[in-house]
Amino acid sequence: MKIRNTILTLVSIALLAAFIWYADSNFDSYKIRILNLCAIYTILALSMNLINGFTGLLSLGHAGFMAVGAYTTALLTMSETAKQQNFFLKPIVAPLATITLPFLPALLIGGVLSAFVAFLIGAPTLRLRGDYLAIATLGFSEIIRIVFTNTQNITNGPLGLKSIPNNTNLWWTFGLALVTLILIKSLIDSSYGKALKAIREDEVAAESMGINLFQHKLIAFIIGAFFAAIGGGLLGSLIGAINPIMFRFILTFNVLLIVVMGGMGSITGSVISAFAVTAGLEYLRVLDESINLGFVTIKGIPGLRMVVFAGLLMVVVIFFKNGLMGTKEFSWDKLINFFTSKKRFKKKEVGQ
Amino acid sequence: MSFELFLQYLTNGISLGSLYALIAIGYTMVYGILKLINFAHGEIFMMSLYFGFYGVSVFSMPWYISFIVAIGMTALLGMMVERAAYKPLRESPRITIMVSAIGVSFFLQNLAIVLFGGRPKAFPNVRLLTEVMQIGSVSFQRLTMIIPIVTVVLLFALLYLVNNTKTGMAMRAVSKDHETARLMGVDVNRTITITFGIGSILAAIGGIMWGAKFPQIAPFMGVMPGLKCFIAAVVGGIGNITGAIIGGFILGIGEIMLIAFLPNLTGYRDAFAFILLIAILLFRPTGIMGEKISEKV
Repeated sequence: MKIRNTILTLVSIALLAAFIWYADSNFDSYKIRILNLCAIYTILALSMNLINGFTGLLSLGHAGFMAVGAYTTALLTMSETAKQQNFFLKPIVAPLATITLPFLPALLIGGVLSAFVAFLIGAPTLRLRGDYLAIATLGFSEIIRIVFTNTQNITNGPLGLKSIPNNTNLWWTFGLALVTLILIKSLIDSSYGKALKAIREDEVAAESMGINLFQHKLIAFIIGAFFAAIGGGLLGSLIGAINPIMFRFILTFNVLLIVVMGGMGSITGSVISAFAVTAGLEYLRVLDESINLGFVTIKGIPGLRMVVFAGLLMVVVIFFKNGLMGTKEFSWDKLINFFTSKKRFKKKEVGQ
Repeated sequence: MSFELFLQYLTNGISLGSLYALIAIGYTMVYGILKLINFAHGEIFMMSLYFGFYGVSVFSMPWYISFIVAIGMTALLGMMVERAAYKPLRESPRITIMVSAIGVSFFLQNLAIVLFGGRPKAFPNVRLLTEVMQIGSVSFQRLTMIIPIVTVVLLFALLYLVNNTKTGMAMRAVSKDHETARLMGVDVNRTITITFGIGSILAAIGGIMWGAKFPQIAPFMGVMPGLKCFIAAVVGGIGNITGAIIGGFILGIGEIMLIAFLPNLTGYRDAFAFILLIAILLFRPTGIMGEKISEKV
């Protein structure tokens, strides 16, 4: 059984690689961009699901971690001349001005830096509970943004960074999404993951079973922040320009929305919902543009897209309280059972 | 810094603090009764400004009628939000309700962009409120005096309502325990709706005075005041009405004084509120006036 499942997994990874290889050369740049965004949101949703879904911590600080990752990656990959062009108000601080690193080390440094920030934030705040933790992490994320707005000689302040080298392609985004998926999945299945779930279900019971609450929460928080920064770095490199306004609370909300719609505590749900929400937002663009019906043209209303999107979200939250998947996961066994057990089910019905 | 200048800053701080306090009451009442951070409260505040604006500039009503209509419509909006987005989720996990609250806030922001346009608009100027007065060598708008007085009057009215009337008793009962309150014959849903209505009325009164003081309105203007007022509520002790007022004053005066004494930190003005919040959460999580909650197992 186990061998069969491993083979099936490897086959599907190969199929994914074939799809990327096909898409990379045949799709137009708009479609490739959407696919890139889907993969990046998968990384972000998985990292948030680890904190909010599996550990049960209400953290709203994702945008801050993404900002750390995006700025670090951008500043480390930009060439010296690009930096000089960007920093015309105040010159950039000395060591940063000349450093140029390849993409992957820059991403990883961004991740590590963000993990360190998460450690600094988490050490005092993770003792708080529920809503208080949510507000404290939201506050820290805003503080990070405000600091970035005011440090003109490091982050270029409110002007932001432009002409960030475009290193992102489908191989990077899907590759890193896959790595994130595998790492978080194996973390969840390890004894650490079981401890995290125990904390989510009942903190007091978990503590009396000998689980160090604070240490486990901190580890989940730091790992989540690391991957959030990787996602942020990829996003910055994909878009090519970043500024502090991008990392407002609304960004955290977008990711939270994906996690809740997919189901808190379901990796499968997060992946499906990341793709559905990102692609759905693009399809709704129709609403913003004029529609020509031949005899009459309906004028598009700019902004209606987001209204409809928010409305749909409300409907999903109110009527599907546990999200798409709840806490269920995809597995090959279930899939095969689903196809093979149909006959037996029918027989039973006849018997009644 | 001269004494006059200091007084000038202090009056500014007090009036800003009063505005924060009025909006913070809405947060604290809803949290007290539903244990929910009503993220949409900042947007309800924003909508009240647009209602006031449209009454005066488009329907050319006199300002006092237009403002009363705006307050009424805001109350209606607040109650509608509760009915549509929070009532179906009474029994759901906390995070679902919070996502719903953020969703409403997101929805109202974008609705405002579609309905009113994204470009900032100028709030109507009411001469009676904005005329400049002079006491000694301190000059200020009449509004600066009116705002704290209105806030204090509303505070006492609200405290009377909560402590001495039947509705207030029902509110206190529901905030302690929904189930028991229902068994005692309290209409829980009606009480919650009334709470939202009162919170929205206070937000609208605060909003209109905010518009008179800072006459520029835009769809995203509710976000920062919303967050800051929630912080004011936490600082004062969430669930406690007097606490919300104290928190609002601390935040407003602190913010203005930060700019007055350390002008080169002006860029960090918004960060001040968050730093205060985190300090309070770490050293006194229940806020200044909050009761200590013992943990039940």
